[in-house]
Amino acid sequence: MEIVVCVKQVPDTTEVKIDPVTNTLIREGVPSIVNPFDKYALEMALQLKDKHGGRITALSMGPPQAANALKECIAMGADQAILLSDRAFAGGDTLATSYTLSAAVRKMGNVDLIICGKQAIDGDTAQVGPEMAEHLGIGQITYVSNIEVDGERVIADREQDEGYDVIEARLPLVVSIIKLPTDPRLPTVKGTARAYRTEIPVWTAADLDIDVKDVGLNGSPTLVKRIFTPQRRGQGEIIEGDSKNAVDLLVDKLMQAKII
Amino acid sequence: MSVKIISEECVGCEMCIESCPFGAIVMKDDKAVITDDCTSCGACESVCNFSAIVVEREKAEEPEDISSYKGVWVFIEHRDGHIRNVSMELVGEGRKLAEELGEEVSAVLIGDNVAGMSKDLFASGADNVYLAEGSAFKNYTTDAYTIAFTHLIRKYRPSVILLGATNDGRDLGPRVAARVKTGLTADCTSLAIDPDTRLVAWTRPAFGGNIMATIFCPNHRPQMGTVRPKVFKKPEPDYSRTGKTIREELAIKAEDIRTKLIDVVKVCSVSCNLEDAVFIVSGGRGLGKPEGFRMVEELAQVLKGTVGSSRAAVDAGWMPYPHQVGQTGKTVAPKIYIACGISGAIQHLAGMQTSDVIIAINKDPDAPIFKVATYGIVGDVYEVVPALTARLREVLQ
Repeated sequence: MEIVVCVKQVPDTTEVKIDPVTNTLIREGVPSIVNPFDKYALEMALQLKDKHGGRITALSMGPPQAANALKECIAMGADQAILLSDRAFAGGDTLATSYTLSAAVRKMGNVDLIICGKQAIDGDTAQVGPEMAEHLGIGQITYVSNIEVDGERVIADREQDEGYDVIEARLPLVVSIIKLPTDPRLPTVKGTARAYRTEIPVWTAADLDIDVKDVGLNGSPTLVKRIFTPQRRGQGEIIEGDSKNAVDLLVDKLMQAKII
Repeated sequence: MSVKIISEECVGCEMCIESCPFGAIVMKDDKAVITDDCTSCGACESVCNFSAIVVEREKAEEPEDISSYKGVWVFIEHRDGHIRNVSMELVGEGRKLAEELGEEVSAVLIGDNVAGMSKDLFASGADNVYLAEGSAFKNYTTDAYTIAFTHLIRKYRPSVILLGATNDGRDLGPRVAARVKTGLTADCTSLAIDPDTRLVAWTRPAFGGNIMATIFCPNHRPQMGTVRPKVFKKPEPDYSRTGKTIREELAIKAEDIRTKLIDVVKVCSVSCNLEDAVFIVSGGRGLGKPEGFRMVEELAQVLKGTVGSSRAAVDAGWMPYPHQVGQTGKTVAPKIYIACGISGAIQHLAGMQTSDVIIAINKDPDAPIFKVATYGIVGDVYEVVPALTARLREVLQ
């Protein structure tokens, strides 16, 4: 089975801090990580490979340093990786990005299963997976916590409000993954050594069968008009007193403020 | 295509530096300079008061006549014969946008035997209902719903489409947007009509809620967005209102539907529909043991609320994953969020810090949860939570 796992290198948003004076993001010193949901996607791919064999390719679009994220995927067990990097790809929204990624999948040929994380923690859109499926003209199952493959047949658990739906489909397919019951495996010593040796191939716009008008900023219907930091919550109020008194006071305050 | 600074125009005011989400503008000899970190997102262009920043875009192809697209559409999501709250909220908000544009608001109702829901949609403000009925639409499938939706879009050409930011809305939205080749803004928390351009200004959080972005879709139609539940009020229904039903007969071929629902499994003993919840009571590792969640559930019950959980409590196996709130769980914004024994790791805060009122109960006065809490009680959860449950039971009766 040929599996592609789509990976994004993202700033660790839990490390992002706001400058209290200018009220802007402090990005210095914020580490870049593999998007956490993409690690679950890779773990899902590795579990399928453990059962059925096959080959896993980690695919990313980003600046040259995104190669580091791909090396981490190889250290975890991906067989190979491809980086799509070109100034022409920069500034792409989800439509342009998904178009670029799907062009790379087409070029690879004969891909059975494309696994994405449900969303990236910087943009939080959850759109690239389904949009790739549309560009490739294949089916999609989103918000998946487990995949079973039997020949061409795929059974996936898709998250719903009260539990999950069980969905049947056929390969080829795009699947987007939520958190799995098991944590993503850690890089192995052997894998890390292999990642260190591996040169990640970089594909540019010229390597893909695309129209440059459809990638990057040019191919993006949406436009960021303004970015601002949200109004910060005012410092709250600590209600003093023993449990009973504090609770009575709290409920009084909630009622006075007509919150309940 | 790239972002350029026109040096002669730049007065060195540094306004652009703050606007750049990627830290890609620096000052050099009192002039702004774009570094290699630039992703060409274009956020700096509009903040420059001196027109010293230009985003050079290659000429787009002959633009379609976008003025022929009219009206605001709302995708109606329903499950077990009931319209989901978020869809009603969006009919109300869609009506406001439509009135501002001087256009109509329409509901898009796809399903099997769903025509009866039309009266509720008219009562909530819809001028029209576009109705596609048939057994192919009995359960939600990406393919059947995409075929129906894109058929309607191509035929009736709406200007704006709103969908709920639910699992199904966020499955359908991008598929449809990619098929009709337009822009989709995910997970919006505020909508407006820009007075200058008459475009929808879609505002949404990014970077785990640390920044907000306002997005436009200037040259493509329809302008599409998914909107989080509970952002807008459900309109008061007025059953004297009526509207027009436009019924579309669609023949969906079986082979066009590539996924099939074969089972529905419930794993939550209590509801875990957190996105729609008005009140959420969450428990964390500070509960010390899984049985602590019984107390949390009791408090939730009194408030007719839903139980949430921190990642730590899910990872410990105390609660199933659908209850998890936070970066790798659900993003919620209820009227009241009560955090019981949750320290407030930033990945948890990312999923709940836009709640209207946050109440934190924790024994550690230095827990970061108190930094975002509207009200905090420092104390033993096993004393405070039962006391709160008892008191609320008294006053709510």
